[in-house]
Amino acid sequence: MDYGAATPVDSRVLKKLGRFPSEVFGNTMSLHSFGQEAKAALEESRDILADLMGAKPQEIIFTGSATESNNLALKGIAFANKEKGNHIIISPIEHPCVGESAKWLESQGFEITKLKVDQYGLIDPKEVERLIKKETILVSVMHANNEIGTIEPIEEIGKICREKGVYFHTDAAQSLGKIPIDVEKMNIDLLTGSSQKMYGPKGAACLFIREGTKINPILHGGGQEFGLRPSTVNISAIYGFAQASLLCKKEIVKESKRLTQLRDKLIKGVMAKIEGSYLNGHPIKRLSNNANFWFEFIEGESLLIQLDMAGIAGSTGSACSSAKLQPSHVLLAIGLRPQEAHGSLRLTLGRWTTSKEIDRVLKVLPGIISQLREISPFKKN
Amino acid sequence: MVKGIYSKKVMAHFKKPHNYGKIKNADGIGNVGNLVCGDVMRLYIKIGKNKNKQEIIKDIKFETFGCVAAIATSSAITDLAKGKTLEEAAKISKTQIVDSLGELPPIKMHCSVLASDALVEAIYDYLSKNKKEISQDLAVKHERIAKEKEETEKRYKDWTDMEKKMLG
Repeated sequence: MDYGAATPVDSRVLKKLGRFPSEVFGNTMSLHSFGQEAKAALEESRDILADLMGAKPQEIIFTGSATESNNLALKGIAFANKEKGNHIIISPIEHPCVGESAKWLESQGFEITKLKVDQYGLIDPKEVERLIKKETILVSVMHANNEIGTIEPIEEIGKICREKGVYFHTDAAQSLGKIPIDVEKMNIDLLTGSSQKMYGPKGAACLFIREGTKINPILHGGGQEFGLRPSTVNISAIYGFAQASLLCKKEIVKESKRLTQLRDKLIKGVMAKIEGSYLNGHPIKRLSNNANFWFEFIEGESLLIQLDMAGIAGSTGSACSSAKLQPSHVLLAIGLRPQEAHGSLRLTLGRWTTSKEIDRVLKVLPGIISQLREISPFKKN
Repeated sequence: MVKGIYSKKVMAHFKKPHNYGKIKNADGIGNVGNLVCGDVMRLYIKIGKNKNKQEIIKDIKFETFGCVAAIATSSAITDLAKGKTLEEAAKISKTQIVDSLGELPPIKMHCSVLASDALVEAIYDYLSKNKKEISQDLAVKHERIAKEKEETEKRYKDWTDMEKKMLG
C-alpha cells in the first residue's frame, strides 16, 4: 500500500506501447518517416495531457521527471523575471525538489519566504495575499501533499496571484489524474504532473506553462519542447504517460469514489482498533488514496519492516528510516514533535487495492503495534 | 524475497528478539538514548557468581524503543553478556556486537554503540549502588555517556521532560 511512492504501469498502457521501443524509435527532430511517426505520437500525447487539465497543447512540455519539471518551474521563472523582482513564496511542506530548488535560488540572491500551515497542513490564502510584495515573482504551493495527502486551496491562492500579477506554480504530481484539474478555473500558470504516479512508465513528466509566461530553460541544446527542454524526446515514456492519462481521466470519478470509501474504512478501522493512534492531515480535504497515522510509542522503521514481512508495503516519516536521520519536514511543519513523527505510517491505496486488502491490514497492524510496544520501555504496565 | 537493507542475522534477532522484558528487582539498570533521536534502550541485569566466586551477569533483559537495528543490537548484546564476568561484559565493544550480527548498514552503526553503552550503564549502576570498586576504564565510559545524555537533554529540554514522564 505504497502507491504514493510509485505505481505499476497499467497493462492497458503496456499494450498500447507494445511496438514502441523497437518500432517507434525515431528522433522527433528527424524529417524522415521514422522521425515523423515519433513526432506524431509526441503531439498526440501533448494533446491528451492538455485535454486532461484544460490547457492548450502548446502550453504542455514534456520532461524526464516531476523533479525536473519543478526545477524548471522555479529556476526558469526566477531567472527570467529577476528584472521584476527576486522574491519567491513557497509552502513549508513542498516535495524536496521544490524546497531544495528554492534553497539553491536563495544562494543565488533570491529571497525565499515559506508560508505557514495549520495542524492539517493547510495553507491560508490570506497569508499568501499578505506576503506578496512588489518584488514577488512566483508563488509555488503543491496541489496535494505527498505525505499527508492534504489538498490545498489552489483555486483561491491562484486567484490572489492572478490579481497581484504574480506567477503561480503548483506541483500536482500526487493529484493529476486523481482530482479533476482545470488550469483556467484554478488560476494556475505552471503545473507539474508525473507519469509514474498515475500508472504510466517512469521517465516522463510534464510542465504546463501558460502561454505568454516568461520562463528560461535550465538546459540548453537543440530546441526540443519549444526550446524549454532540449534533449532527445523519450517518446515511449511520454506516449505511455499520455495513454495512462486517458485511463485516469475516464475513470477519475468512479475510482475516486471507490478509493475514498476504502480509505475511510482503513482510517476508521485503524483509529478504532489501535489505542494511541492519530490521523495526520485533513480528515476530508485529502487525497482519496492517502491515509497517514502516527502511533504512540512506535518507531516507524521497525513498523515498516514488520509490515513488509507480512507482505504489506508502507512508508514512514521516521528519522530512522531516512538517509539524513531527520524526521519528515512535513510532519514537523504540522506541529508533530520528532518522537511523534518517528511513529508515523503512510498507507497509499491504488487501482488494485481491494476491500479485502484493507481487512488484512486491519487484522495484521494491531498485532504488530502491540508486539513492538511489548518490547518497548514505554509500555503500559 | 528481495534482500533488504539488513543482514539475515539482524532480521532473525528483530523477528524473535532474545531476552526482552523487565527483570523485577534488577541489580542494575542502564538507560540510554532518547525519544527525540528515536532510540531508547533499557537493560536490566541480575548479578550472580561463577565457580571462581567472580561476579557475573546471571540474567539480562532489555526493553527497546527504536528501529530494527536498535532492537537487533539490544537482543544481540544480551546474548553476548549473559554469563560473562562484569569486567568482561563492560568491555564488549560495538565491533563485537556488529560482528555477532554479520553486518549493519553504516548509517545504523550508532545503534551498536547505544547497546554497549546501555550495558556499561547497567554495570555502573550495580557497582555504584552497592558501593563496589569501579575501574577507571568503566568510570571514564560512564562519564562520557552521562555527558552526552546531559547535552541531549539540554538541546531537547521540552521533549526529554515529556519522555521522563512517560517512562515514569
